Amino acid sequence: MNDSTPKKPTEIVGVTSIYGEHEEWATNLGEKTIHAKRMPGFFRNVKYVTESIWLFFFVGAYMRWDGVQAIILDVNHRQFRFFHLTILPQDIWMVSLLLLILAMTLFAVTSVASRVFCGYFCFQTAWVDLFTWIEGKIEGTPSHRHKLDEAPWNKDKIIKKVSKHFIWLVISILTGISATVWFEDAYQYWHDLMHFNLTIIETVTLISFTLGTYFLAGFMREQVCLWLCPYARIQAVMADSQTIFPTYDVYRGEPRGKIRRGVAVDHDTQGDCIDCFQCVQVCPTGVDIREGQQLGCITCGLCLDACDSIMDKIGRPRGLIRYASLDEMEGRPVKKVYQHPRTLVYIGIILFALAGVIYGMTHLGSLKLRVDPERQPLYTSMSDGSIQNKYEFKVLNKTDKDVFVKVTAEHGVEGQILIGADQPKQLTHGKSTSFTIFVKVAGNKVKSDVSKIEFKVTNIDDPKMKAEYTSIFNAPKP
Amino acid sequence: MSDNHNSTGATTTGHLWDDDLADFTNQPPKWWMLGLAASAIWVVVYWTMYPGIPFAINGTFFKGLGLPGLNLQLPGTDSKDAGKWTAIKELAIDQKELDDVRKPFEDKLKDMTPAAILADEKLSEYVARSGKVLFSDNCAACHGQNGVGTVQAGKFAMREKGLMAPILRDDDWLYGGEVEAIHETIMGGRQGMMTAHKDTLSAQQIDDVAHYVKAMSEEGKDKADADTAVAAGKKVFAESDCTACHGADAHGIQAMGSANLTDKVWRFDGSLEGIKQTITYGVNSGDENARIAVMPNFTEAGKLSAVEMKKLAVYVYKFGGGVAAAAPVAEAAPAAEAAPAAN
Repeated sequence: MNDSTPKKPTEIVGVTSIYGEHEEWATNLGEKTIHAKRMPGFFRNVKYVTESIWLFFFVGAYMRWDGVQAIILDVNHRQFRFFHLTILPQDIWMVSLLLLILAMTLFAVTSVASRVFCGYFCFQTAWVDLFTWIEGKIEGTPSHRHKLDEAPWNKDKIIKKVSKHFIWLVISILTGISATVWFEDAYQYWHDLMHFNLTIIETVTLISFTLGTYFLAGFMREQVCLWLCPYARIQAVMADSQTIFPTYDVYRGEPRGKIRRGVAVDHDTQGDCIDCFQCVQVCPTGVDIREGQQLGCITCGLCLDACDSIMDKIGRPRGLIRYASLDEMEGRPVKKVYQHPRTLVYIGIILFALAGVIYGMTHLGSLKLRVDPERQPLYTSMSDGSIQNKYEFKVLNKTDKDVFVKVTAEHGVEGQILIGADQPKQLTHGKSTSFTIFVKVAGNKVKSDVSKIEFKVTNIDDPKMKAEYTSIFNAPKP
Repeated sequence: MSDNHNSTGATTTGHLWDDDLADFTNQPPKWWMLGLAASAIWVVVYWTMYPGIPFAINGTFFKGLGLPGLNLQLPGTDSKDAGKWTAIKELAIDQKELDDVRKPFEDKLKDMTPAAILADEKLSEYVARSGKVLFSDNCAACHGQNGVGTVQAGKFAMREKGLMAPILRDDDWLYGGEVEAIHETIMGGRQGMMTAHKDTLSAQQIDDVAHYVKAMSEEGKDKADADTAVAAGKKVFAESDCTACHGADAHGIQAMGSANLTDKVWRFDGSLEGIKQTITYGVNSGDENARIAVMPNFTEAGKLSAVEMKKLAVYVYKFGGGVAAAAPVAEAAPAAEAAPAAN
């Protein structure tokens, strides 16, 4: 037991309130619902355009190419198809480069213009924007919405809420379906869906995507950005003093003060900010940009539109809130985009990865050869003193036709004979065919215990279609 | 942290640390308590659904109430138990799934000769895969993994007595390397035989003939015959009973299983000492130092099924040393049809 007298809880609260996040407690826990105002403007329009790219997500899977789905990530059959390109698991290294490109693009963009991904393109932003747009159409302006939330349940409220949630759910279900149809034949999926004939994986995917969309975009909203999304944290290390953010020009704006109609404003003593709170009201995450760059800011520029419209009204120049870097704000010389070494490094990595993907795409080839030499034993001594090695050939035929190939070998040991290669080998289309080839060499020709040998399979009808693989020929030490 | 956390006006536990740190006596959240209760109920449900209750009912263990939607029914079992899970049932069903995939192949193999199997590319590929397991289980103990053989004694416990098994990968065969001959060897077993010469030949004669045999392998028979250094051995070889089994040309006689002495592959130790030991004490001659060469009969007591032995014959043939049959492959097909009658 502690000897000191227990203090009252009120005193304890006083001490713990020194923690900064105490102020945002209600917002961060979603105890305060944010109903952002929708104002027209340049950045609002940009946001509509960038967000509408997501429409492709809903319709893209229904494109056909040569009678099959144009873009399909067919995990079940272990192949990705992009129009006439088929990517098999052997080519999956390109996907890692593609992911590298995407990550580096994100980094490069963030180093130049901060979280534009968050503000304009992120699916959370896009879906929340759609959901709140619907909410606004049904329930009215933000003040109406706040009132409706607090109003007692009556017929009007029930009709509005039910219709809103119904539309939300329909969009969520469409999202769930769209997330699935990229991975299998879209039309077959709809057929199965209409007959309640989905597999367990399809059903679970549909339900989890539907519920995920419904709750994340309908209820969690800015909470996802505030404390669920790791990218909000990562961005801090990618931004520096050259990065542009939506910034409140504190030198121009402060001291802020109200203005009254007919009363002249002394611009020497009063800043341009009239404390109208429009920038806070339009913010989808409910932050006050005038407090500076912060975690909650998704840099969507909506506050710029709001502030500019007010500046127009009060006859002050636009740009009290604008995209500006820390350098600009603190009066340091503003460097050009290309004077940003870190961005250049990101772009260098992007180009490197892009070169890899382009190389891969143009060198996909139709045949892929792999040769495994037998390891136990490494070689067999034959009765006439010759040395025989056994090789397991695996040839992947990526074309859609069966082809016949002949097997040849180069280098290796002088006078080597390929046994089992006299007949052309049939390669099944879209599959890996394996066969065994022996290589026999006269004992006195062996110069080294390990010799390089290069195997080649060539289509007998089209000598350009070939694949090579370098292996070794083992022999006893001469 | 704030008033939000004490909206119910809960008191503290009365304990205080570091001047201002206290515990509220708030209840755990309702969702958390519901989760706890639901977990407790689920434990009971789970326990009764699975065979988890250690009581015998009617002399058999309690099989559980079963899982709705589960259909684990083995052929020949009670359909009432289809929803009841056991580990052994799951294993049996997994095995059945594999057997179903294999069945079309296995059915074909029943009526085919090893030569016909070998001629069929798909079947011989299948056999090459399943043969590996059979070989490892039944053959590798003597012949070594992948048929590398043992030509020198003492490597493993079972060979300490001198049991040595030939390499199966090369093209030197005591009893013939055609797939049918290999099949015959597996089905009937083999027993090597060479008499001990310690009583019929002097130590000098054994030494001479060993030199000659070694020269035949290293230089070829013609050169060894012309080599005056081993002329004494050549004389012994020709005049004693060597040629009776190994043949005048020393190529061996496959019908007897006698070794070809002119090639580079040795059935037993090919060093001079090794050759001398073989000549002195023979093979399976009853002498305690004799070489032991016994291939068991795999048909006896159902060690292996007919199909398994066919698989092994093809598998061993495909090690790389198999000798193509004299008859063209096309004639193997009628042989396959005739096979059931022969069985």
